[in-house]
Formats: sequence, C-alpha cells, structure tokens
Amino acid sequence: MDNRFSSADLEFQQEVRAFFASEFTDEIKELIATSEETKAPAVKWQKILHKKGWVAPDWPEKFGGTGWSPVQKYIFESERCLAGAPDVVPFGLRMVGPVIFTFGNDEQQQRFLPRILESEDWWCQGYSEPGAGSDLAALQTKAVRDGDDYIVNGAKIWTTYAQHADWIFCLVRTGNFEKRQQGISFLLIDMNSDGIQVNPIHTIDNHHSLNEVVFENVRVPVENLIGVENQGWTYAKALLAHERTSIAGVADSKRWLMDIKEIAKQQSNADGTLFDDPLIQQRFSDIEIELMALEFMELRVLAKLSSGETPGPESSLLKIKGTEIQQALQELRMQVIGAYSGSLRIDQFNNDLQQQGSYARKEYMYGRAATIYGGSNEVQRNVIAKAVLGL
Amino acid sequence: MNFEYSEEQKLLKESIERWAQDNYSFDQRNASMNNDVGYSAEHYATFAELGWLSVPFAEDNGGYGGGVIDLAAIMEEFGRALVVEPVFANMVMFGGLLEQSNHAQLKAELIPQVIDGSLMGGAALYEAQARFDLSNIATTAKADGEHYAITGTKSVVLNGASAQKLIVLARTSGEQRDEAGLSLFLIDADAAGVSINRYPLMDGQQVADVSFDNASGVLISELGEAYGLVSRCMDRAQVALCAEAVGIMEVLNRATVEYTKTRKQFGVPISTFQALQHRMVDMFMSFEQAKSMLVGTLCELSDPETSAHDAQKMLAALRTLIAKTGKHIGDEAIQLHGGMGMTEEMSVGHYVRRLMMINLMFGDQGFYQKRFNQLAYQN
Repeated sequence: MDNRFSSADLEFQQEVRAFFASEFTDEIKELIATSEETKAPAVKWQKILHKKGWVAPDWPEKFGGTGWSPVQKYIFESERCLAGAPDVVPFGLRMVGPVIFTFGNDEQQQRFLPRILESEDWWCQGYSEPGAGSDLAALQTKAVRDGDDYIVNGAKIWTTYAQHADWIFCLVRTGNFEKRQQGISFLLIDMNSDGIQVNPIHTIDNHHSLNEVVFENVRVPVENLIGVENQGWTYAKALLAHERTSIAGVADSKRWLMDIKEIAKQQSNADGTLFDDPLIQQRFSDIEIELMALEFMELRVLAKLSSGETPGPESSLLKIKGTEIQQALQELRMQVIGAYSGSLRIDQFNNDLQQQGSYARKEYMYGRAATIYGGSNEVQRNVIAKAVLGL
Repeated sequence: MNFEYSEEQKLLKESIERWAQDNYSFDQRNASMNNDVGYSAEHYATFAELGWLSVPFAEDNGGYGGGVIDLAAIMEEFGRALVVEPVFANMVMFGGLLEQSNHAQLKAELIPQVIDGSLMGGAALYEAQARFDLSNIATTAKADGEHYAITGTKSVVLNGASAQKLIVLARTSGEQRDEAGLSLFLIDADAAGVSINRYPLMDGQQVADVSFDNASGVLISELGEAYGLVSRCMDRAQVALCAEAVGIMEVLNRATVEYTKTRKQFGVPISTFQALQHRMVDMFMSFEQAKSMLVGTLCELSDPETSAHDAQKMLAALRTLIAKTGKHIGDEAIQLHGGMGMTEEMSVGHYVRRLMMINLMFGDQGFYQKRFNQLAYQN
C-alpha cells in the first residue's frame, strides 16, 4: 500500500506545472474572470491547450489525444486546478468525441474529431426531454427514415449552450420495442438545419446557459447515425460512468477551498480575520476532511483503472459525494463574502470583493444543478442500491 | 500507487477471518464476554499461538516487525469479528508503550510475554479531570531509593481488571498541565498501595479506575520526557482503533442490508422501499469515506517523507471522520433494524456499542476536529 507517484510521474508533474505557469497568462485569467460571455474565452484557452496537444486527455493518441495514463490525467487535473485554469467545455471533448472515436466509422472520425480538437465546432448534448429526465429511456423525439435522411421531430431540454452550438448529439427514438432502451439511436445533427428552434431557459443564476431545442421535420442525413440503428442507448451508457467520475471535481474543490480560505483571511473580524473564527474553522474542516476522504476515494478508483479494471458503481459514489462537497463549498464562499454575494453582474463591480461576490452567487446558484445533472443524485443512489447493495 | 493490502497482509487477515468463522460465532463471542474477566483466556492463548500478537512488535524484540499497515490489517479483522479479547489494550497499548521504553532489561523480559500471551498489562494514562488531555496529569511520582512512589488516580484503564502489570504516566516535575515533567513507570497490579476498582463498559470490556497510594514503581522512560514517547504509541493506537472501526462499520452495513431483505412489512421485504434503500446507500458511502481515509492515512504514515505535522493532521482528520461516519452508520443500523435493533439478541447493538466506545477513546469528534483545525489552520 502506498500513494507515491513514480519518478516518471513526478517529472510529468513538473512539465505540466511549467506549462500552466507559462501559458495560463494573467491576460487570459483576467478575460475568464471578468467576462459575462462564455464562448470566446473558452475557445481561446482550449486552442492554447490544443497547440500543446493537451486538449483531449481522454482520447487515444491516434485520434489526437494525449494517451495519458489515469495517474497522468489525475496529475494534469490537479495542476490545472492549482493554476486556477478552467476545465474544457465537456460536450465535444468529453462526451461526443469519445462516442465518435469508439463507435463512429472512419468517415465520421475524420470529419468530426479534428474540428472538436481545434474547438472549431461547438457541441451540445440532446439527451433530456420535457418528459424524460432521470427516466431517460422515456424519450420521445422521433427519427423516421425517409430515403437517405432521417426526419426528426420532438424537443430536447436543459441543453447547455445550445445557443452557441454548431452541432447537437441526440438520442432519438427510431423504433418501438418492448424494452424501451432498444429503440434508441445516436444521431449527430447540424444546428443550422432547417426546422431547429432554440428557446432560451432563464435560470436562477441569472445567466443564459440552458435551452430548449425544438425539432420540426428536421432532415438529418443517415451518414450522421453513429453505429447501428436502435443501439444508441448502449453507446450513451458506455460513457456515463466516465462523465460521472469527472463530475466529482475533486481537484476543482481543492482549489475552491484554497481560494475561500484566502478570502476569509482578507475579511476582518472582531478578533482578527474571519479565518480565525472557530465556527468558520469548523465549517472549513467539516468540508476539508470530507474532501480529503473523497480524494483518497478517487485515487482508489484510479488505482483500479490503472490496473485495467473498468469504473463501476464507484463513479456514482464519487458523483454524489463530489457534488455535495461542491455545493457545501459554494455555500461557504457566499457565507465568507457576505452581502456582496448578492451582486448580480460579474462585469460591473466597485471592488474585488464585489466581483468575488458575484462569482460566488453565480457558482452557488448554478451549482444547484450539479446534484441534478449527469443523473440526479437520487438516481445515483438507485444505481448504488442495485449494483453494490443488491437491493 | 496501490491501495490494497499486500498478499502477506491478506493472508494474515484471512487467517483471522477463518478462525473467527470456525470459533467465534456471535453466541461464542458472547460466552467469552460473559466470563468473569470479560474475555476467553483460551482464545487469547490461541491468538498468541497463531502469531497474531507478534505483528506490531519489532523483530529485535521477538516480533513480526509489522508496520502500521500490518497492524491495521489485523485490527480491521478483529473489528469484523467483534473480538472482546484485550488485543488492543494489551498488544497495542501496554505492549506499544513497553516497546517505546528505554529500559532494555524489562523490555527483553516482558515483550516476549506480551507476544506469547502470558502477560496481561494495562496502560494507566488518563485521569478523570483531564478528559482527553494527556498532559493534564496530577498523579505524582517521587524518588524513593531505586524506585519511585506513585500517588494518584487513573481513569478507564483498559484491561484494568485483568492486568498483572500497569504502565503509569506520572508527574515527576512541572505543573499539572505541562507536557514536560512526565515519566512512565511500571507497577505490579498487586503491589502495596494499588487499589483497582473494576467495572464493565458498554462494549463488554472489563476496565478499572486505579488508585495509587505511594505504590512502588520502576522508571521505564527518560525522567520527565515521557510525553513524546506516549504520543508515539498513541499514533499507532489511533490507527488500530480506526481500522477496527472500519471493520465494524462494514459488518453493520452488511447486516443491515441482509436484515432488510428478510424483514417483511406490508407484504414485501422492507429492502424494496426506496426511502430505506437510499439510507443504506448513504451508510455505504460513509463506510467508503472512512475506508478511503484509513487507507490514505496508512499510506501517509508509512511514507518516510511525510512530516510529523502532516502525519498528526492526517490522524486528526481520520479520527474525526471515523467518529462522524461511525455515528451515522451506528445510528442508522439500529433504526433500520427497527425494534429488533434494540435487542441484546441481535449482534447489531453489540457492534454499535463497540463503535461508540472507540469514538469515546482518547478523544471524540469535537476533540479531534479541533485538533485538526489547530494543525491545519493555525500555521
């Protein structure tokens, strides 16, 4: 039993640290911190990562990924968060990319993968529907074959950044079988197609990220079908465990904890700084100790992955605990900042604390979604009850 | 990076598990506990024969030479079996203090007796007014020829009812709350001036409050320098207790899931109710947190590059989390067993009481969390 990195891994850590030190510049930091806009700063940063060849840690080398080991990915994530750099937007790089390189054909791989790596195409995810959330297999959006096209009708909901997207990857119903999961196909749809309408959904974080995407007789070439018709559920499911593991966000939470401590040390209190307050310290350690445990939990999963095992229901565990900790930290950040945490706009501020307050508010409010998306935490509990406890 | 026990450690664990399956059913275990001394001397001798009691001792002292991970491996298994024999009190505490002693002759004489199970000892460290503070020591020791005369009272001395010898922490100089000025003494339990007031704890242990009235003891540490020595022994003791707790939590979770599958209400097993399923998932999650923290702490403590400060911080975090998750799992295990969880005839209540006792030993959640805050947040 030991938790030490190999000397090769330690060298890699130095290389990653040096990269962030030189490439994650103050200029780009400032742009990300003060921008109400999402797409331009993200694309700018992802292009820098791509230039280094590091934009797709989850992809095999032959498709332009890094081919890193699980431990190297963990090191990269930790260093990224220590540097305060943002994660990549996941829809292309983490979600549809792996589906395409795993289940897509050569043509699809050549057509889509390079443009994802270069951040030329912006993707969004069309899974949930108004009547199909946690019960995803209830989805009703239909794709009916007509010559060389499918004709798609229906609506997808909670589609993050659909307003910026060039493409959407959708689960659509192509057949009706006794087992609902069997009639589902995985379809790539050009967002510029006729018949697509994007309706914004205004959310409690006062930021426009979510949308409803309505399809009315949208023609999609059959060549945009991934794999075999009616097998889409299998492809989507294969990648869910992956998604959940990254949702745990251990490295991000560690960074947040550091940041919030700094803010608390800047705030004065009757007997010194706010960070000297025993009640605040207790609040910090309630979270920090759980986060330490979560990190070891993640490392245990990682060690299993490294020895060739596939992630199982542990990923549900990481998702639940990881998002609970994220939310606890979001609450603590608002608590530490005080009334400025109500500030609405991130780009209109009188002082640093107000800017931090606006960020804290946005993170907290949007953070409510973390226990809902990627399969709500209650659904994750169902998964664990069945898979681990045999209930 | 590897978070599994080694093959050797797994074999050690399996040998305890197999023995417990064959010889330590819940009824057999209760029969041991209901002996006058609170355990079975026969079982304890078997533990010695099978070599388990040698695990944490250095090879130079006749032991197996195990580190914290080996110790954790066996304690986790003793926890699963809910062993009442005083392995922790005698091997980890009494033996651990002996091993830290600078008295070569007594070590050479006594450690083999701890390993072969022939000697029962107790560590008389804490005092009633001190709660969990090891520096708050009012017991005094005064030089009296070659020996020392010890006067004072020690509380909740583990194995106190059976101990033939006691290791006593007493003040040879300084003020009542000073870390400096503390020394360790070995005293025969039947020596003049020693009175032992035994009583049972809720987990079945027979412990004692022990009073010394000018009792004669042999100095076994550097004079006035025992605090650091005792602390080193306590580090291992914390790991041992936490590993035992993790073993207990695992059994409680398994027992709860199994019980809900057999217990029927409204015509169906109560395990089919989602309200209960989610609670059991949360119990499982608490266990996984506790286990992960234990494993992480073991790695840190075994790494020579870990600083003393970081090691203390990890231990404080581990004990805080074990207390928190232990309370969660214990409370839920009883609740989900319903009325049956309240009964002596079910093992669940016995496991819960041992878990509670562990979380009262040497410090509770608040004590360790405060310590973590001091180590982590006050430079």
